[in-house]
Amino acid sequence: MKSAVPAESVMPERRIGMPKKREKANIQPFTFSGILYIAAVTTVLFIVICAAVPQWIALQDPTEMKADAILQPPGKTHWFGTDYFGRDVFSLVVYGCRESLLIGVASVLFGGIVGALIGSLSGYVGGWIDVILMRLIDVLMTIPGLLLSLAIAAALGPSLFNIVLAISISSIPGYARVMRGQVLTVAQRPFVAASRSLGANHAHIFLRHVLPNCVSPLLVMGTIGVGSAILSGSALSFLGLGVLKEIPDWGTLLSQGRGYVTVAWWITAFPGLAITVLVLSVNLIGDRLRDWLDPKRSR
Amino acid sequence: MSGYIVQRLIYSLLVIAGALVLVFFILYLLPGDPVLIMLAGTPATQETVDHLRHQLGLDQPIWVQFIRYAGGMLRGDFGTSLITNEPVLPKIVEQFPPTFVLTLTSSLVALAAGILLGVLSAVHPNRPIDLAARVISLFGISMPTFWSGILLIQIFSVHLNWFPATGSEGWKTLVLPSLALGLVGSGFIVRMVRNSMLDTINEQFITTLRAKGLSETVIMYRHALRNALIPAITMIGIQFGELMAGAVVTETVYSRQGIGRLLADAIMAKDIPVVQGVVFFTAVIYVSVNLLVDISYSVIDPRVRRSA
Repeated sequence: MKSAVPAESVMPERRIGMPKKREKANIQPFTFSGILYIAAVTTVLFIVICAAVPQWIALQDPTEMKADAILQPPGKTHWFGTDYFGRDVFSLVVYGCRESLLIGVASVLFGGIVGALIGSLSGYVGGWIDVILMRLIDVLMTIPGLLLSLAIAAALGPSLFNIVLAISISSIPGYARVMRGQVLTVAQRPFVAASRSLGANHAHIFLRHVLPNCVSPLLVMGTIGVGSAILSGSALSFLGLGVLKEIPDWGTLLSQGRGYVTVAWWITAFPGLAITVLVLSVNLIGDRLRDWLDPKRSR
Repeated sequence: MSGYIVQRLIYSLLVIAGALVLVFFILYLLPGDPVLIMLAGTPATQETVDHLRHQLGLDQPIWVQFIRYAGGMLRGDFGTSLITNEPVLPKIVEQFPPTFVLTLTSSLVALAAGILLGVLSAVHPNRPIDLAARVISLFGISMPTFWSGILLIQIFSVHLNWFPATGSEGWKTLVLPSLALGLVGSGFIVRMVRNSMLDTINEQFITTLRAKGLSETVIMYRHALRNALIPAITMIGIQFGELMAGAVVTETVYSRQGIGRLLADAIMAKDIPVVQGVVFFTAVIYVSVNLLVDISYSVIDPRVRRSA
């Protein structure tokens, strides 16, 4: 017997377990979050330009010491003031971009790649390899990230490579766990079983089917990881483990300016602001990337 | 429940044993001769180098060195400081309480601010309080601790003269460092609690409670919050270790006594036994705190007790 009530009216809009309809992601530039996102991207691009061609942005020599301009407050000649050697703080901040950005990006690349390899092996092969690798990862996670970076950097000595290595090693567990989780989920999918049943070998299955579907969370984590790596690198420099160069990086600038905080607030204020703005921008971009790539729409 | 606790305890002990191995190998197998690093910058003959290497037992095979090291650690002998010649463990135990107090107060600040802002943000989405909470959260996780510490000194010590800029004695010296460290932790907790609350609010049991006629206040703060707090407790367990590590920076900024400052000084002086001792000690505390967090799950969430 045909029902008098149309089927559509008794069907719920959404059944339990049914994924929510994916909303089209768009920038929406005239909303507050849209403006923030555009500002974040612009900031990062500007900082990349500062790192690539600092001489185009900072017209004064950062190493020039002017005895008659020591500890001058921000003004027309020196936008960010001068330090205790008479060096222009704006030029120091601009030239200091390069090292901070390099540490952030290099640490994430190295840590992300190694972590992804470990996680992939652990998740795809499974068995004893999974147990051993994950226990090693657990051990690595018993020491808080900054302490592990400190201990490694202290053991290796101050150099850019050593700082990158120290920060990378402490970030490997996070990437490994995320990648393992993703590989475990994707490897259970029907299309992987179908590929296997058609005779595809493991290398083909992993590279063509599993890996491309696991990359999104790593991308998000890597983007946000750049911010964390920059913070860690600055902290290591602040504690005296940074590379001693003619042009100090932001962390070293803050450390050197700490003693003058009562008479020259600008020496610490502007490098600290630069770190915060860069990390904030990277985090905003990472948040937006997560919203775009996540099948569940974030609120 | 006791089965669950025993399980977690055994796992924690295994992980601490692994940390012991890791700490040893960090400082002895990475590139670079520890003796040459220690003597860097000082005029040292080959005889001095060999003597120091023998004194430290570094001329022994690696497995002998590890057995000596592990045996000593398990007996409570963390070695002797290369600089002061004093035993390392008593020094760590003496310096630990100020760091523990700082980490505890920072955790409380982070938890209180994070839960309050996270809940308000979730209950009033897209309102000014939601925006403010998200901005504070973003700044919290983006600002370096050493900069927020210096800013707080500039504002509250130099200009307002409300709190001292340095020192370890008295509750007033704890305020600014706790705020500086707590701001970072609260940033993560706000996000966690907000997302968790939003997930919980959409659960079917909330709809049932509304259908029963309970007020929104009771639903949010008595039912939804309890479910949403579990991830926050996980986060604070993880954050406790990060806050203890962050104390290295904060104690340096505020010239406070503590194992963070001890570690920073030991690193500058290349005092490897102290560095090893502090890192391992911190790992043990971190694992212990996470064990307590895991046990607290079984109290808060009966499903964890039943599954164990």
